[in-house]
Amino acid sequence: MAIKVLHHGLATSVQDLGRPGYFHLGIPLGGAMDRLAMRAANLLVGNSENAAGLEAVFMGPKLLFTEDAIVAVTGADMPAKVDGVVHPGWTSFSVKAGQELTFDFLKSGARLYIAVSGGIDVPLALGSRSTYAIGALGGHKGRPLAAGDELPVGAAGAVRPGRSIAPEFRRGPGSPAELRVLSGLYWDRLTDEAKVNFFADEWKVAPEADRMGYRFRGGRKMSFVDRKQPFGAGSDPSNIVDSCYPYGSIQIPGGTEPIILHRDAVSGGGYFMVGTVISADMDLIGQLQPHMSARFVKVTMDEALAARAQRRALIERMRASGLSGMGRNRR
Amino acid sequence: MSARYSFGGDEHLFVECSDEMSLEAFFKSLSMAKGVGESNIRGVTEICPANASFQIKFDPDVIKPDDVLAEVRAIEGAAEKAEPVIKTRIVEIPVYYNDPWTHETLMRFRERHQDPSGTDLDYAARINDYGSVDDFIAAHSGSPWFVSMVGFVAGLPFMHQMVERQRQIEVPKYLRPRTDTPKLTVGHGGCFGCIYSVRGAGGYQMFGITPMPIFDPTQTTSYLRDFMVFFRPGDIVKFKPIDRDAYDQAVEDVDKGRFTPPSREVSFDLREFRRDIDGYNARLEGMINGH
Repeated sequence: MAIKVLHHGLATSVQDLGRPGYFHLGIPLGGAMDRLAMRAANLLVGNSENAAGLEAVFMGPKLLFTEDAIVAVTGADMPAKVDGVVHPGWTSFSVKAGQELTFDFLKSGARLYIAVSGGIDVPLALGSRSTYAIGALGGHKGRPLAAGDELPVGAAGAVRPGRSIAPEFRRGPGSPAELRVLSGLYWDRLTDEAKVNFFADEWKVAPEADRMGYRFRGGRKMSFVDRKQPFGAGSDPSNIVDSCYPYGSIQIPGGTEPIILHRDAVSGGGYFMVGTVISADMDLIGQLQPHMSARFVKVTMDEALAARAQRRALIERMRASGLSGMGRNRR
Repeated sequence: MSARYSFGGDEHLFVECSDEMSLEAFFKSLSMAKGVGESNIRGVTEICPANASFQIKFDPDVIKPDDVLAEVRAIEGAAEKAEPVIKTRIVEIPVYYNDPWTHETLMRFRERHQDPSGTDLDYAARINDYGSVDDFIAAHSGSPWFVSMVGFVAGLPFMHQMVERQRQIEVPKYLRPRTDTPKLTVGHGGCFGCIYSVRGAGGYQMFGITPMPIFDPTQTTSYLRDFMVFFRPGDIVKFKPIDRDAYDQAVEDVDKGRFTPPSREVSFDLREFRRDIDGYNARLEGMINGH
């Protein structure tokens, strides 16, 4: 069974929960930017949470199903239509052979997740079906989808339409979005004044926002503590001897526009970092649109760990809620 | 040289052995990273060595951040007492310097360069006080390089030449990054050499090109069938200048599955290296061909 891509939307790619273990060779984790939404979509159609689905940004694709399937759409609020009939998000529905799945305009959020019962069955690459486009690795031919592509779908378990995930689990960024940050890494390169401004200022998402990273602008320029640049670091005060970059780390090239690295992060480079967005808030970034307001909120490690525990409990509750009796079949 | 520790959010520990680049800092960071790998700390999922630092990714649901920190600090103490010796390999990489493809690209982006009147090689030779481009190429290919980090994008090696600091080649990056760089370009920025594993944007000065793929997600290149990335941190690289004919021959050999980069397992001892750098490098090079 297959899905035919009639239109690819803006940028639609095959993603699962990622490809851990190769960051030391420059191959990033990848996978859904909003992992909770990807998990939810898979749960709704009876897939394992790590099954591959589609991630579409800002605009939905147009898909033709050649066989019957159960489908769920989560993440951004963008009404899904089957042959023109609207289906609510975060709820599984049935698509019959020969029907088309299309989408209305984006209402809120940024990234849509489409899960299909059985999962998108492209070959595994280094243990994952995620698309890492820079390395032409994984997904469908190592690239985002294009019109004319045909996607194989795996064997589905027994699953019925009409399952829903309660609103309490549909977490989106507020306005301004609040991204919790553990300061550190090269934080002490900043002057005291810059340290205050970084957390006090309101930032806006820049148009340069993709799977590799999100750029922000609108806050005051950072000032640096004077130093003689170390050998090998480069002449700009924002330069360091090239180091690794954590996922979620915030670099500020030239001290002007912070960039948060996301799932397709470059693994290292020569810009200083002021800290890292905590793991519990990474999904939120994937749902930010350009021009949206955001603030960085300073937290401690204990607060970061508490937020992580809360989030884990939320996912546990989501798994338990109303999804019992469904076929949780395969990977 | 005591390491600096910092958490990168709740999932990463960042360890900076020195804020400046040196072979000692690289050696310490690589040794510690290897030590962390060998100690199998529970909850540690990734270890990424960099030039003078390294990074650990851990699962805080399995191990508390402070416990990771304590375990890695203990390894720093042990690493300082250990013999400064690593087992690695030396690999010979053919390079066609001053090739037509990087030349076409550098001319296309000339307005983004510090010196639009010449080539990247002209500029690098001049600011590093070499009398000619040939002298510069002789220095670039004359001493081996440590792969100090693999990353930025898939399979891209950062390299640090194994010579005294005063002999290190240093060049600034382009004034504004290019939007294009040929795949397999041999480049240089700051004190680091690199080989671009994929075509794409870049800011390093461009000196030449290798016929030898170093990243192949299709795993059809004969020597990349077992794994798609060629380089590992700690590899020692010796560049071998080749001409157009040898380049074309190597490309054909790669296509036909006949190309294998010459490579030998070696043991690198930092103390012996420091005692006689050129002599030690010459012995390392001799081993490539089995001497």
